[in-house]
Amino acid sequence: MVVHSVVRSSAYFDSVTLMLVQREVRQLPGVEEAGAVMGTDANKELLRDAGLLTSEAQAARPDDLILAVRAGSGEVASTALRAAETLLVQRREIAATGTYRPKTVASAVRMLPGANLALISVPGRFAAGVASDALAAGLHVMLFSDNVPLEAEIELKQTATARGLLMMGPDCGTAIIGGTGLGFANRVRRGTIGIVGAAGTGIQEVASLVHRAGAGISHAIGTGGRDVSRAVGGLTALVGLAVLAADPGTEVVVLISKPPAPEVAGRLLGAARHLRKPVVINFVGASVANDGPLHGAHTLEEAASQAVTLVTGVPPHWHEWEALPAQEAGRLAPMQKLVRGLYSGGTLCYEALILLQRYVGPVYSNTPLDPDYALESATRSRAHTVIDMGSDEFTVGRLHPMLDPELRHRRLLREADDPEVAVILLDVVLGHGAHPDPARDLAPVIRQARERARRDGRWLPVVVSVCGTDDDPQGYEAQVAALLDAGATVQASNARAVRLAGLIAQAAGSKGSPRPPAEIPVPSQPQALPDPTHVLQLLSGPPRVINVGLELFAESLMTQGAETLMVDWHPPAGGKQKFIDLLDKLDA
Amino acid sequence: MRIDEANQLAVKRILDSQPVLVGIASAAEMIPGMRRNLILHAGPPITWDRMSGPLRGAVIGGLIFEGLATDEPGAVGLVEQKQVQFAPCHHHGAVGPMAGVTTASMPVYIIENRAFGTRAYSNLNEGYGKVLRYGAYGEDVLARLRWLRDVYAPIMGKALERSGGVDMKSLIAQQIQMGDEGHNRNKAGTALFARLLAPHLARTGTRTDDLAAVLTYLAENDLAVLNPVMAACKASMDAAHGIAGSTVVTCMARNGTEFGIRVSGLPDAWFTAPAEIPVGLFFPGFTQDDANPDIGDSTITETAGIGAFAMAAAPAIVKFVGGTPSMAVESTLEMYEITVTENPAFGIPQLDFRGTPTGIDIRKVVRTGITPRVNTGIAHRKAGVGQVGAGLVRPPMACFEQAVEAFAATLA
Repeated sequence: MVVHSVVRSSAYFDSVTLMLVQREVRQLPGVEEAGAVMGTDANKELLRDAGLLTSEAQAARPDDLILAVRAGSGEVASTALRAAETLLVQRREIAATGTYRPKTVASAVRMLPGANLALISVPGRFAAGVASDALAAGLHVMLFSDNVPLEAEIELKQTATARGLLMMGPDCGTAIIGGTGLGFANRVRRGTIGIVGAAGTGIQEVASLVHRAGAGISHAIGTGGRDVSRAVGGLTALVGLAVLAADPGTEVVVLISKPPAPEVAGRLLGAARHLRKPVVINFVGASVANDGPLHGAHTLEEAASQAVTLVTGVPPHWHEWEALPAQEAGRLAPMQKLVRGLYSGGTLCYEALILLQRYVGPVYSNTPLDPDYALESATRSRAHTVIDMGSDEFTVGRLHPMLDPELRHRRLLREADDPEVAVILLDVVLGHGAHPDPARDLAPVIRQARERARRDGRWLPVVVSVCGTDDDPQGYEAQVAALLDAGATVQASNARAVRLAGLIAQAAGSKGSPRPPAEIPVPSQPQALPDPTHVLQLLSGPPRVINVGLELFAESLMTQGAETLMVDWHPPAGGKQKFIDLLDKLDA
Repeated sequence: MRIDEANQLAVKRILDSQPVLVGIASAAEMIPGMRRNLILHAGPPITWDRMSGPLRGAVIGGLIFEGLATDEPGAVGLVEQKQVQFAPCHHHGAVGPMAGVTTASMPVYIIENRAFGTRAYSNLNEGYGKVLRYGAYGEDVLARLRWLRDVYAPIMGKALERSGGVDMKSLIAQQIQMGDEGHNRNKAGTALFARLLAPHLARTGTRTDDLAAVLTYLAENDLAVLNPVMAACKASMDAAHGIAGSTVVTCMARNGTEFGIRVSGLPDAWFTAPAEIPVGLFFPGFTQDDANPDIGDSTITETAGIGAFAMAAAPAIVKFVGGTPSMAVESTLEMYEITVTENPAFGIPQLDFRGTPTGIDIRKVVRTGITPRVNTGIAHRKAGVGQVGAGLVRPPMACFEQAVEAFAATLA
């Protein structure tokens, strides 16, 4: 076994590009392990753990590209390294031929007349700087990056508010502006339901369900999960409510969030009550009483259902796939008692934790509702367990499970081998930015998992909800068909999938009681709303986007026909912290 | 913000500058502090022991030209006995291409910055082949220098006087619209220069042979106007030097060993790092291995926003940047990322007459990781061989990083 590496100085590539290349190289015959990373200390640590850290790689600087391969022979290793370099160049050429790629937001704005939105997905520690440049250039911002310091978020949002700009994120995974999906976004019909959401896959689930019920979305404004914390105070959510209230194309507003801080919830409800439009509210796991124009919803599905009913006058019907929990449970072996959920969507995972409690009691998780139910290690399930596989412990040095499902597939097989497992619960998220064909990869794994259980004398139900639409690049019907064919039980929404899994476990002897929802009172005081004039202009047509970060997002915007200019972004000062600090001092 | 305001003032001075070529006189007469045993050279300060081949050769030639030595050993002896002093041209309001060697009796172009009443100087271009600026000092080189001093300078001086001065800003603006970038390509500029001065040259009462020689010099040397263009840039950049709080680069220059920059708000400092070896196209018989590290004050053109910064305007020399006009455009577009403003006087036709990127900001260079582009001639590493090619180079990032550090220290 030999390890070969090359270091290319000052050759920056975004992490998604590198990880895609890494994955392709790893699949070459004779290659045991491959790494394609920028030479940061954290990445060198990953290489060391993977047995790929050569002395050459060890000496690389943060703005150097490291390619490393472990293979059966030196010849295979060097061939693989050459292949890696070719793959990287191929990806670059698409963008490099033709016109100049601007290096900064300021020059990009000059090159794309009428640019009005920056989509930023650079590494977290650089993200606030780029966002601040974008706001200074008069752009609205969707900040996809996470790991942005709280103080930076507050400062950005205050700046945006002062300038009448929309600041979505940090950690805003999805948005739909003027019919264009940004980040991870489903293709949905245009319509009159507007969404403001602090919960990424929550927005995707509601938008997809609305579409599949025949209605449509005017705009979906993401805020980032921390927006509804006390410290941030819901600054972006308030802008979102204000602009949807003013938008003539929006008839009904849906507000989605994990339970906000109480004072923020009060502020949002105080604002929602006075929009002069019906507002459907789902604070996942908390309860809001119906009150005038306010309609409380307990699940994401119910939020979609109420919104569609308000718009069309008719309650929607989503396809029902027959599934009889008692019958499924009847086929289980006596030891099979437990639910195991493996999620790629954070909000969907959260909803599962809330809803399952009614059937099986509290559930263990890496993101538990109650700290007492935190798993010691996210890699080992215990009793009833639901895992968010998109959280940090799974995504360091790896793509998000919506893009790279390999870890979840391995985990699924492991859970299937556990003789106590009664049912496996999964989500599949479609749309722009997601894996191009998740069912193609997942279906054989489900088949294999069920087959292994069967050989062991067990019947193993696998319950799946697919978040997506027929207009998504992956195609909802085709994805569902492939999963059904593999023996999965598909449900129309996450809530239904959770309920079915819960009922199976209950029929197999588990006991629970509904988690009492926190009642959130609606204040009588109206909340003043920010002036939405500027943001309203953004909503008046497809956005003209400056993309900084993942090329994937620029490609999906161009597929959707949105004018997009990709910034050829590099970490400031080559990532050297000393100079970043000095420059910040000069700019202060 | 104070730095931004200071930078706005600095670039306003550059844009407001009105460099006019008013005449020619000897260095001793014109350049403050000039004396017989002082040799001005390109780039940041340097001592004899660290000079590269071409600069040493030019120094030897300069001493022989001044009559201070008769041959190489004599010249080297003088230097080693510390009888000769060295100073950057830039410390004396002057610039010179390649070695930049300027001695007391050499004629210099006089540029007057009429907006600010200041002056800048440059030596005279010798043409191609074996020339002092590339370190050659044979008899033919010295004869050429004497002709420039004794024939060309007086005639051209008179013509310039008669003309009332050549407006260099206007000349540069025109040459950029005619396919020059003002550094590696000065074909159009030289033609304009000759055309403007021809009627005045004719009226100087010079005998036909000498007049013909002067006109032949202008006809055969596409770089004739480079030196006045450089001095015009120097006059404009000096107007922006010494503004407290400004992070604008007012000088980039190389001595063949080091690349050095100066920054407006840190007027007394040079920030230097080892000069890179330019990458380029070579004359037949020469290769990259023959190239000397980067040398010359001609980077004053890029500092002032022309040269490589105006590459988009010069499709005829795109071979230097990879071969296509779109790459030339990209070269210029990249420079907008690191500059404070655009110079509306120098509109680039290929960019819809967008002004050239002007006023390099050390902060932007360090933040973006983009160093300025420089077009340059390439000298042979051995003294006296001459020019071996032309190409591209960039200053070391370390110059800009040091400058940022020094600037931050002034705020502490």
